[in-house]
Amino acid sequence: MATDLAPPPAKAALKPGRRRPKVTLRTALVRYRWLYLMLLPGLVYFAVFKYLPMYGVSIAFQDFLPFLGYSGSPWVGFKHFEELFTGPDFGRLMFNTLLLALLTILLVFPAPIIVALMLNELRHSVLKRSIQSLIYIPHFLSWTIVASLTFLLLSVDFGVIAQFIHSLIGGRNVDYVAQPEWFRPIIVAQLLWKQTGWGTIIYLAALAGVNQDLYEAARMDGAGRFRQFWHVTLPAIRPTIVVMAVLTSGHLLDTGFEQIWLMTGALNRSAADVFDTFVYYMGITQGAFSYSTAVGLFKGLVGVLLIFGSNWLAKRLGQRGLF
Amino acid sequence: MSNPSVKHQHTLASRVFDVLNVAVLLFLALITILPLLYVLAGSFASESEIASRPFFLWPERFVTTTYEYIFDSGTFVRALLTTIGVTAVGTVVQVMLTFTMAYPLAKRYLPGRALVLNLVIFTLVFSGGMIPTYLVVRNLGLLDSYWALILPLAINPFYLIIVKSFFQELPQALEEAARIDGCNEMGVFFKIVLPLSKPIIATFSLFYAVGIWNDYMSPLLYIDDSSKWTLQVLVRQLTSPDAQNALAMLESVFFPTEGLKFAVVVIATLPILLFYPFLQKHFAKGVLIGSVKE
Repeated sequence: MATDLAPPPAKAALKPGRRRPKVTLRTALVRYRWLYLMLLPGLVYFAVFKYLPMYGVSIAFQDFLPFLGYSGSPWVGFKHFEELFTGPDFGRLMFNTLLLALLTILLVFPAPIIVALMLNELRHSVLKRSIQSLIYIPHFLSWTIVASLTFLLLSVDFGVIAQFIHSLIGGRNVDYVAQPEWFRPIIVAQLLWKQTGWGTIIYLAALAGVNQDLYEAARMDGAGRFRQFWHVTLPAIRPTIVVMAVLTSGHLLDTGFEQIWLMTGALNRSAADVFDTFVYYMGITQGAFSYSTAVGLFKGLVGVLLIFGSNWLAKRLGQRGLF
Repeated sequence: MSNPSVKHQHTLASRVFDVLNVAVLLFLALITILPLLYVLAGSFASESEIASRPFFLWPERFVTTTYEYIFDSGTFVRALLTTIGVTAVGTVVQVMLTFTMAYPLAKRYLPGRALVLNLVIFTLVFSGGMIPTYLVVRNLGLLDSYWALILPLAINPFYLIIVKSFFQELPQALEEAARIDGCNEMGVFFKIVLPLSKPIIATFSLFYAVGIWNDYMSPLLYIDDSSKWTLQVLVRQLTSPDAQNALAMLESVFFPTEGLKFAVVVIATLPILLFYPFLQKHFAKGVLIGSVKE
């Protein structure tokens, strides 16, 4: 992707600049002054809110004290990382984060593929469009709304789902949202409810692009409906699935902060604590800026590795990766 | 799917599959929409009805006391106005910054363009993270300021790249003509390019507006003062399991009755649902533009 975005003309324009930097740079600045002026506010934004925080990551190697600042705070090397890896929280954070990631890959990732394939087999186009319109809606609702709906539907006193589960498995009334063992099922159910419908769009677009002659040819060869699906439809969306899988695995550790935070209560933290929410808890609530930055940095670096790793894997499997 | 009747042979198995397929999809559509309808019905129901009936789509007796209470309460009206204001101003700022930055980046001949693009793309792979960003916002003196809900999210790098690709696809002839007529690049942008971009401006205005309206993380991080709460924070405070404590601090007069929880969810959702027809049209387009590799 990065190489695609750097077209030859721009490179050609830069080359003479290396030989005679002063003249060319000044000429360019004068000649394209309006374009550079338009670029400026955006550059300031990226410098202040993206690159300044990257510089601020250095406090992960300090004992940062706000009144001493970035330059005045004492350097402590890898102290906070050692504390993280040897401390009591690391195992639980890693386990919870990885388990949620695994559940996402196994249960949430395939759902839109399956629903898109089902919609693709639906012949009644008005019905198809109506169903699509309905299942896209939750994508636009905030996580606070989704969390509130969950609390209302699972309420011990009157929640309809709580009463339904209760009538199925019996026993005494349970406050599901407070139970650690119900935390992950609830998170997965929320993700499925919110994102499945919207996730179908990208696959439906790929399915719409399938050459209809291929079905014709398959039928000539005597393929029934299932074999057409297996030999034409599935191969047609395989590249899309791979790209989406690469994208998803790059963000495996990004357990949605808002969602997890909203569903975390005093009683279910043993299952709910993940890196993202732990960073908030340690940094904002406890004021341990350096330690929480170190935790965030660790997570960020693993994330970068995951992106490049899954891209490499996609290419090894003979698919086009992202970059 | 150009000719479905030819595509599928009408065997028994095929028909059974079709029936099951429709049934499952309809079930999915129902479980998507039913919770929302229930909350809407519940917001017009009496306390006793919410407590006694586990599920209903039509209240036995319509009561509007919850809404009357909400619109009489300073807290609610303030949060609603705050959210509308921040969303409106924020969307304008975000769209302006995104489009003005995307335009020069669409000019392949601009020296330094590749460097800036790579710097932008790098932010998609790696970010400073929550705490360093929080410290920057704090050092800028933006804590407890509405700008903290807008500026840190002013440009979404994904949207920027999509808009840039869109500008690259625009026919260059018009721009050339304007330039020959003596327009500078900025004049070309405002007089020629932006009027041509109305649909995509609408699309990204909606993208950004929904993002700010739904944002919970920014107010959580940057807003302490309860008089500056947004609607999402209020929804959270009212419906979270430990709502009683939070509200005791807020306004000693009221306690969250169940109806209030339903009504506040409805109010925070309603604008999204009103805009939904436009959202669906534009967002689907946006997703597909975004998926096209440059």
